[in-house]
Amino acid sequence: MSAMGTRAERAVLDGPEWETVVGLEVHSELMTQTKLFCCCRNAFGDQPNTNICPVCLGLPGSLPVLNSHAVELAMRIGTALHCEVRPSSFHRKNYFYPDMPKDYQISQYDEPINVGGWLQLPDGSRVGIVRAHLEEDTGKTTHQGETGRIHAADYALVDYNRAGVPLVEIVSEPDIRSAAQARLYVTELRAVLVATGASDGRMEEGSLRVDANVSVRRVGAGAYGTRCEIKNLNSLRSLGRAIEYEAARQVALVESGGAVAQETRHWDEHAGRTVPLRSKEEAFDYRYFPEPDLVPLAPDAEWQARAAGAIGLLPSARRERLAGLIGRAPTPQQVDQVHVLVGQGLDDLVVAAVGQGAPADLALVRATNELAADLDAALALDPATFGRLVEMEAQGSLTATQSKAVLAELLAAGGGDPAAIAAEKGFEALSESSLAAVVRDVVDANPEEWARFSAGEDKLAGFFTGQVMRATGGKADGKAIAAELGRLRR
Amino acid sequence: MTPASDESALALAEAVRGGERTARSAVDAALEAIAGRDPELHAFLHVAADEARASADLVDETVRTGMDPGPLAGVPIALKDNLCTRGIPTTCASRILEGWRPPYDATVVRRLRDAGAVVVGKTNLDEFAMGSSTENSCAGPTHHPLDPSRVPGGSSGGSAAAVAAALVPLGLGSDTGGSVRQPAALCGVVGMKPTYGVVSRYGLVAFASSLDQIGPFARSVADAALLLEVIAGHDPMDSTSLDRPAPKAGRSLEAGVDGLRVGVCDELVDDTAPDVCRRVREAAEDLAKAGALVEEVSVPEIRLGLSAYYLIAPAEASSNLARYDGVRYGLRVDAPDVSAMNTATRTAGFGPEVKRRIMLGTYALSAGYYDAYYGKAQRVRTLLIRAFDRVYEHLDVLLGATAPTTAFAIGERVADPLTMYMSDVCTIPSNLSGHPAMSVPFGVGDDGLPVGVQVLAPALCEERMFQVAAALERAAAARAGATDKEGAR
Repeated sequence: MSAMGTRAERAVLDGPEWETVVGLEVHSELMTQTKLFCCCRNAFGDQPNTNICPVCLGLPGSLPVLNSHAVELAMRIGTALHCEVRPSSFHRKNYFYPDMPKDYQISQYDEPINVGGWLQLPDGSRVGIVRAHLEEDTGKTTHQGETGRIHAADYALVDYNRAGVPLVEIVSEPDIRSAAQARLYVTELRAVLVATGASDGRMEEGSLRVDANVSVRRVGAGAYGTRCEIKNLNSLRSLGRAIEYEAARQVALVESGGAVAQETRHWDEHAGRTVPLRSKEEAFDYRYFPEPDLVPLAPDAEWQARAAGAIGLLPSARRERLAGLIGRAPTPQQVDQVHVLVGQGLDDLVVAAVGQGAPADLALVRATNELAADLDAALALDPATFGRLVEMEAQGSLTATQSKAVLAELLAAGGGDPAAIAAEKGFEALSESSLAAVVRDVVDANPEEWARFSAGEDKLAGFFTGQVMRATGGKADGKAIAAELGRLRR
Repeated sequence: MTPASDESALALAEAVRGGERTARSAVDAALEAIAGRDPELHAFLHVAADEARASADLVDETVRTGMDPGPLAGVPIALKDNLCTRGIPTTCASRILEGWRPPYDATVVRRLRDAGAVVVGKTNLDEFAMGSSTENSCAGPTHHPLDPSRVPGGSSGGSAAAVAAALVPLGLGSDTGGSVRQPAALCGVVGMKPTYGVVSRYGLVAFASSLDQIGPFARSVADAALLLEVIAGHDPMDSTSLDRPAPKAGRSLEAGVDGLRVGVCDELVDDTAPDVCRRVREAAEDLAKAGALVEEVSVPEIRLGLSAYYLIAPAEASSNLARYDGVRYGLRVDAPDVSAMNTATRTAGFGPEVKRRIMLGTYALSAGYYDAYYGKAQRVRTLLIRAFDRVYEHLDVLLGATAPTTAFAIGERVADPLTMYMSDVCTIPSNLSGHPAMSVPFGVGDDGLPVGVQVLAPALCEERMFQVAAALERAAAARAGATDKEGAR
């Protein structure tokens, strides 16, 4: 980052006087079988220009016909975001671009399908939703040349497979106040979109794309500052970095007596900075007008109810459900565990395991620490298997160390019987009497250390535990050893 | 003129279905007629002779195997060259679509083929259907069959001329502001525009989407009804297609007009040439004699139509024609970057009238002007629809002229777009309202050239409209017969 950025960043970070204001526009591709206005497959990664027809190529004479499933998914999103789902219409947004077959985009303008909702973030903050409307995606241009950069390209190739793929654009209120909160918003929104079945949430494949409107103002100021729209934010990391950079740039500009110009800027991930794309004066006049090839859209109450009923458990409800298993107010650590597990999609597994008798606290700990290490395998794990393992550990048949080892084995093998694996590994927890015998042997063999321990030198507990573990080949449970040592010292 | 093609589509299809005629002979006759006459008329931009013969043979094969070849079996038909035909060039008479062969058939073309009709070729038009004389064609004008120094009207002038010259019994055109009815009137054939949504627009290259409808040309009202019944009906590929069966246009042709309430519309008569006006009055008299209750009626809102149309149609056109950018098909003029290539291609590919309308429409939709122009024009459109609804509360149909004059001379109005735009003043209101309207030949003007009388009807009242049109056709024939007798005496 440049010296300017560093200085400005300090102003943002140290000085209480500046506040960052962010509104996000999130484009989510919808997981429909077919495109928004034709019967072509909606699929990522196919051979270029194989999922195309006269309609999505915009051939002369072709006409759009609205995909009803896309409408249903849009209604699910609106409902999940507490929007009002309304009668709506489509407009044409006119501008020339080679990957846009008709040189206009069919989008919703003054009558969007969803308006006025909100999204509650895990930290308790709430971000307003202005609208969530339907529109079609464009094709994809690849610039070919030595550098891969637009201006140095020898030629460009256009893939129209993506042209006409259904999108919902979710526009937030400028309620976001930091890069971290922006990331949290997108993370939570992504989880909501996945829960509704509308999106696969894959940012890396471009199925979720984010533009950020960033401005800064002095804390306490009523009016917003002039905003810049940042494009090309392809990951949460880019989003966070770009907002931090842009806020710093604007603060530095204003503090040095300049003024922020309203413009669209491009995030250069490699250089770590935003660069101007086009100014307000260069902004397109999109000449919106009602799309005459489509009729107004007015889903009846029954259809709206059907859409609402098809929404899966939302992340906030999942968090509540998981935290509810604990049976008392969760500790801050457990709150974190709950967030992480829901974020990773492991909560169903934990809930099922607890439902079958596993203790919630221990299930949370094992899931957070061990399952998360191999997410794909964990998501494929049978909840009953996981539940049995946690139960064995809770009953003392396995030590924590042994339990982790068995779980690792289960994940590696894609399942199995925890008891059988434990037996195979020779993990049979020592009975209380045989553990007592081993402890006594160790105490007898180390009289000098025992005397010091007995005199109150507590740190020697570790020494004795290690000795007992060695003698038992790791089969002893740490807690049980401590209990036995305590009993002998008394 | 070739007698083979001069017979009605109904009679020809009947003969082919009954095995008395082959589709091949009918198509060969049409191709021969085209070869003989078209060098002078220039009605066709492309004659698909090989495809037509192959299609005809298929129809004959169907007849031989005893299967139903369809209601238009073996009937040659000419298509305006803005209807997509699979593998056959579709140019819209524009350089910008040079070399483009659609990979698909328009819905109407598919329905024609399914009905046994045989597409013999693609006909001339004003570029992208923008014009009233077929002079705005990159391939040059079409000539009027009765007077080669005159225009056939437009924009569907090629189809109108081909049917009028009896090269084919049937033709299809598109009507955005009168582009079927006005050339039908000028050429002396029947031409109609259906209720918006009755005929699918899928595969019709869009000019102004909210106004465009495909309509039939024929030499008789009955043939036009037959063709409409084949092409009409719901199409899931067109969202604006009405979900209802095709109108029974031919069902009441013999029913007469006794008791029907007919309004002769001042605004569709007053500003027309005296000879045209006279024919409309005669038509009204004849309907009254046949039992219709005829009255004069004024619909002042009709006078607002032309201005509203020339904002709405160009606005939609400016967007519809954006796709001709040189990237995917048709003409490309190379340039250093994409934007320059777009400009060079469109500069070379579009003719002056198309450019004029793109600029008009772009302006009308621009930020800050939208409400004053496009928005206001849409409100006028609503006014007009309400006005029609009001008169149709006590009237069954309206009567007026189709065009203000008979066919004018080639070159006469080219330099004056506004006078040219006035050619559509009587036809535009029905496009704005979405209502059906049709032109029926009714005598000739002082110059001996055909005059068309227009019948307008409420939405979805095609059957009633054809009923009145058939009565007018009989009345016109009676007058012509009387004149002939007078002449013979």
